[in-house]
Amino acid sequence: MFHPAPRQLQVIKAAVFVAALLPLARLVWFGFADRLSANPIEFITRSTGDWTLYFLCLTLAVTPLRRLLQWPWLIKLRRMLGLFCFFYAVLHFTTFLWFDHFFDIGEMWRDVLKRPFIAVGFTAFVLLIPLAATSTNAMVRRLGGKRWQWLHRLIYVIAPLGILHFWWMKAGKHDFAEPILFGVIVAILLGARLYWRFLRNKTPPLRAAPR
Amino acid sequence: MLIKPNPNGTDRPFASEITPREVFESRRQFIQQLALGTISGGALLEMATRQAFAQSATAQKLVAKPNSAYVVVDKPTAYKDATSYNNFYEFGTDKADPAKYAGTLKPSPWTVSIEGEINKPQVLDLDGLRKLAPLEERIYRLRCVEGWSMVIPWIGYSLSALIRKVEPNGNAKYIEFTSLADKRQMPGLGSPVLDWPYVEGLRLDEAMHPLALLGLGMYGEVLPNQNGAPVRVVVPWKYGFKSAKSIVKIRFTRDQPKTAWNQAAAAEYGFYSNVNPQVDHPRWSQASERRIGEDSFFTRKRKTLMFNGYAEVASLYTGMDLQKFF
Repeated sequence: MFHPAPRQLQVIKAAVFVAALLPLARLVWFGFADRLSANPIEFITRSTGDWTLYFLCLTLAVTPLRRLLQWPWLIKLRRMLGLFCFFYAVLHFTTFLWFDHFFDIGEMWRDVLKRPFIAVGFTAFVLLIPLAATSTNAMVRRLGGKRWQWLHRLIYVIAPLGILHFWWMKAGKHDFAEPILFGVIVAILLGARLYWRFLRNKTPPLRAAPR
Repeated sequence: MLIKPNPNGTDRPFASEITPREVFESRRQFIQQLALGTISGGALLEMATRQAFAQSATAQKLVAKPNSAYVVVDKPTAYKDATSYNNFYEFGTDKADPAKYAGTLKPSPWTVSIEGEINKPQVLDLDGLRKLAPLEERIYRLRCVEGWSMVIPWIGYSLSALIRKVEPNGNAKYIEFTSLADKRQMPGLGSPVLDWPYVEGLRLDEAMHPLALLGLGMYGEVLPNQNGAPVRVVVPWKYGFKSAKSIVKIRFTRDQPKTAWNQAAAAEYGFYSNVNPQVDHPRWSQASERRIGEDSFFTRKRKTLMFNGYAEVASLYTGMDLQKFF
């Protein structure tokens, strides 16, 4: 049982924050070192997409890990992880809008409507926006805990959409190893929740002892 | 040099517009001298001289005569990009994989078995292939089905020279290319992505078109392993995957060959796979492309040209619905 003191928790949070910025720092560094391959735009698109999925998985892993490790304090990191998932999703989307369409919104919409895998990815991104917007304590208070919780269950819709987007993108290469891996991870993370819920509902209510 | 579009719709320079060789050579020397004394030397040198293309001290030079009828005005792709970013699934599905893992390919000794509906079946070794016709250098555009493109100075000769030599009989309607599939040399073969060996094919009249090239080298040297050493085909008006690499068998057939990508996903990769901006891939648009090394952060993708700009092949498809036969 590890319980960080408030000071320790601050250090842990700072470390996670810095670590979460490393993928971006790496891209910048690669840019200067001419290591973004012959197709830098593709490289950046893929890298930011990958990191969006990594942070999505990390965010969803908080609840099961709290329970398995008996580390309730992990909840203190979840907001930051979720926001980093959104941060990389914004970078990913910006890459697409800028380099694929040069900020031509009309052209972007045609692309979104025409290509299912873009439509799915775009939907997932749009659904992330309200979650990021309501991530502050003040917003939790304004919405009220219950409503806030219901809104944030959108992540259970967003996660499969993100996997599907990745899956369809990879379908071009007939190369499903990575999407399957992500799919399995997300399935386990969501499945664990369902399993525990099922256990909770199965425990019989207490009855009065028979006389 | 102002390039006017040719009346035939291609953007090749007129012969009169091509700089005479002597002038070009002296200009080259001048630029080289300039390059050696400047900061941007690397880039200038790359443009100015073939030496910049040298892949290594051991790379075998291949002497070829430039064929001015087959030169596009686009700037050739940097050797480094052309040899470090491509698809060759026998070495992995990532575009960095071929350059990383193709070192295990042994391009020599090598034989190509030529068989099927021909009067003169034969097995040719590399020497036989290289001596079959005079080697030419041709600068072709290459358009990948994934939406990126390059410009490559290939070395080889028209595939038609080889076809004539083996004398197809009346039954030969198609030509089928089979790539090497040797697990010891090609680590990517363990992946079930495609049914190995890689098979590609053309209709015989397509293969006879002078543009269709039997490729033995690029950038003044023999083909690097990752680009399909030692022998491949280059069909510049079709998407890149139609140009089979590391070929071990050429068969002439009555029936349309069962090509690898068409077998894997018929709805996405047709047998013809001509470059066509009006026919989208089911999952992405083919109307534009990103030219490697040129279209990057601050330039829009460029428009893809019908038949990749090789309009002279249009007559091969007269009366064919290219939406249907994509």
